[in-house]
Amino acid sequence: METNEHEHVIEVTDLRRVYGGGFEAVRGIDFSVRRGEIFALLGTNGAGKTSTVELLEGLAAPADGRVRVLGHDPYTERALVRPRTGVMLQEGGFPSELTVAETARMWAGCVSGARPPAEVLALVGLESKARVRVKQLSGGQKRRLDLALALLGDPEVLFLDEPSTGLDAEGRRDTWELVSALRDGGTTVLLTTHYLEEAEHLADRLAIMHEGRIAATGTPAEVTAAQPSRITFELPEGYFVGDLPPLDELGVGGHDTDGRIVRLRTHELQRTATGLLMWAAQARVELRRLDVRSASLEEAFLGIAKEVSAERNTGSNVKEYAA
Amino acid sequence: MSATHTTARPASAATTALSRMTALARAELTLLGRTKGALVAAVFVPLVMPVSVRAAAKDMDLAAAGLNTGTLVLPASIGFSLLFAVYSVLVGSYVVRREELVLKRLRTGELRDFEILAGSALPAVLTGLGQCLLLTAACTTLLDMSAPSAPHLVVAGVLLGLVLCAALAAATAAFTRTGESAQATPMPLMLVSMMGSGMFFPLELLPDKLASVCELLPLTPVVSLVRGGWTGDLSASDALGAVATAVAWIAIAVFAVQRRFRWEPRR
Repeated sequence: METNEHEHVIEVTDLRRVYGGGFEAVRGIDFSVRRGEIFALLGTNGAGKTSTVELLEGLAAPADGRVRVLGHDPYTERALVRPRTGVMLQEGGFPSELTVAETARMWAGCVSGARPPAEVLALVGLESKARVRVKQLSGGQKRRLDLALALLGDPEVLFLDEPSTGLDAEGRRDTWELVSALRDGGTTVLLTTHYLEEAEHLADRLAIMHEGRIAATGTPAEVTAAQPSRITFELPEGYFVGDLPPLDELGVGGHDTDGRIVRLRTHELQRTATGLLMWAAQARVELRRLDVRSASLEEAFLGIAKEVSAERNTGSNVKEYAA
Repeated sequence: MSATHTTARPASAATTALSRMTALARAELTLLGRTKGALVAAVFVPLVMPVSVRAAAKDMDLAAAGLNTGTLVLPASIGFSLLFAVYSVLVGSYVVRREELVLKRLRTGELRDFEILAGSALPAVLTGLGQCLLLTAACTTLLDMSAPSAPHLVVAGVLLGLVLCAALAAATAAFTRTGESAQATPMPLMLVSMMGSGMFFPLELLPDKLASVCELLPLTPVVSLVRGGWTGDLSASDALGAVATAVAWIAIAVFAVQRRFRWEPRR
C-alpha cells in the first residue's frame, strides 16, 4: 500500500481549533505518530485532548494548521481515510433501545471488510450480553461495546478517546492488554487519557497537553527523566536551612520550605540523598518525615501544569524531550 | 448474512452507499417498532384522521369545487400520513439520535452525511408509502371512487411528498435543540399544512388571494397533484407548477440542512 512508505501515520502541524464562541481549544500543536506505535495525549479535563482527536478523526475542520492521517486529510479526503481508521468516542453514541448484537450488526454493515460482529464482541468480553439492550449496559460495558465497534473493520489506525474511563480495575487491565496486543499486531493507536498510570503503562510515546498546547512530549521515561526528583523532610529542632551543607554542592537544583518542612529538587537523587543523610548522621539529628522519591510521570504532569500556568506569558513553553 | 461472514473475509468487502444505508435503515426500523409514541403516530393517527375529514366534508359544498367526498378525503389522508408518519416521526428521531450522540458516532465511520440522514429516514418513508397505498385502497373501496384519471400525477405527488417530508424533517431538526422541543417544533408546519394546503378544506373553496398564497405552502403541491391526478382537473401547467413548488421546497430544506444541521448536541 502506498502509505507503507510513510513512517508517520499521523502528522499534525501547527494545529488549531476554534469553537463558534471564539474559544481556542487547540492552540498550535505539532506531533507525529509512527506506524505501530501507541501515542497517548495526556492532560486534565479541558486540556484540548478531545478537541484534538476530533480533528484527527475528521469530524471537524481545523481553524488552522494541517492534519494528515495515512497521508491524507481526514476531513476533506474522508472516503480515503475512514475505511482504514477505527474510532472510539469519549461517550457512547448508540441508540439505547437496540441490543448489543443489533448495534454491532448495524455498524458492521457500515464498515468495509467487517469482521463478524460476534467475533469482536467476544474480543471485549461482551458475547454474553449480545441480546441485552444498550440502555441496560453498565458504563464499563458501554465502553467495551464502543471498543468492539472501533475494531470491527480491523483498522490500521485506532483513535481511542478515554478508552478506560468508567471501567473497573479488571476491565482496565483487559483493555490495556487488548490495546497492547493490537499494537503488537501492527495497529497504530492514538489514545487520550487523564490516567497517568494508563499513559505510563501503554504509551510508547506521549504528549502532555495543557490549555490547548503540548507542554511536553517524548517517551514516558524521557518526560519523567526531565523532571527533578524530590526529597522532603522536617528540619530538626533548632536547625535552619542555612545549617544544611551548601545545597548546590549536594546537586540540589532548587528548594522551598513550608514551615519546618523542606523540599529539595534534584536531578542527582543519589548524590543529594547521600550528602543529606551523611550530614544528618554527623550532626546526630533525625530527619523526621523523610521522603525520597524519584520523578514519576505524575510529578512531571503536575509540575508541567504548574510551570505552564506560571510561564504562560513568556512565549514558547514546549519542552521537547524526544531525541 | 452472517453465514457469508463466517468464511474467510473477502478483501473486496468494501461497503457501498446502498449497503451502508440499508444497514442503518434496518436498525432504525427496529427502533421505530420499539418507540411507542412514534409507532402510534406512524400507524394509528393517519388512519384515524381521515374519518374526521369525512365528517367535516358533510358541511361543504363540494360539488361547487368539482369534488366529491372521495377526492376530498383521499388527498387529505395522504397529507396526514406524510405529516404524521414521516415528517413528525422523523423530526423526533433525528433529534433523539443527535442527543444520544448516535449521529456523531455514525459520522466517525464511512457513512456520508447524506447517507446518515437518508438511511435513518428510510423506515419512516416506507411506512408513509405503505400507508398511502393502504389509504388509497381503502378510500377507493369504501368511498366508491373511480380510478384516477392521471395516475402519474398521483405517483409524482406521493413520491415528492415523501422526499419533501423527510427533507423538511431534517431541516426542522436543524432548528430543534432538544428532544423535548421536538414535540413542539413540527407543529407549525403541521397546522399550517392541515389548514392551508387543502387538507381540511380544498383551496377551491378559499378566496382567490388566500388560495394563491396557500398554493406556495410546502404540502399544497402534494395534495394538488394527488387530487388533480384523481379528478383530471389539473392542467399541465398547473401540474408543472406544483412539481416546481415541491422541488423548490426540497431545495430550500436541503440548503437549510447543509447550512444549519448540527450533528451533536449543544453543550
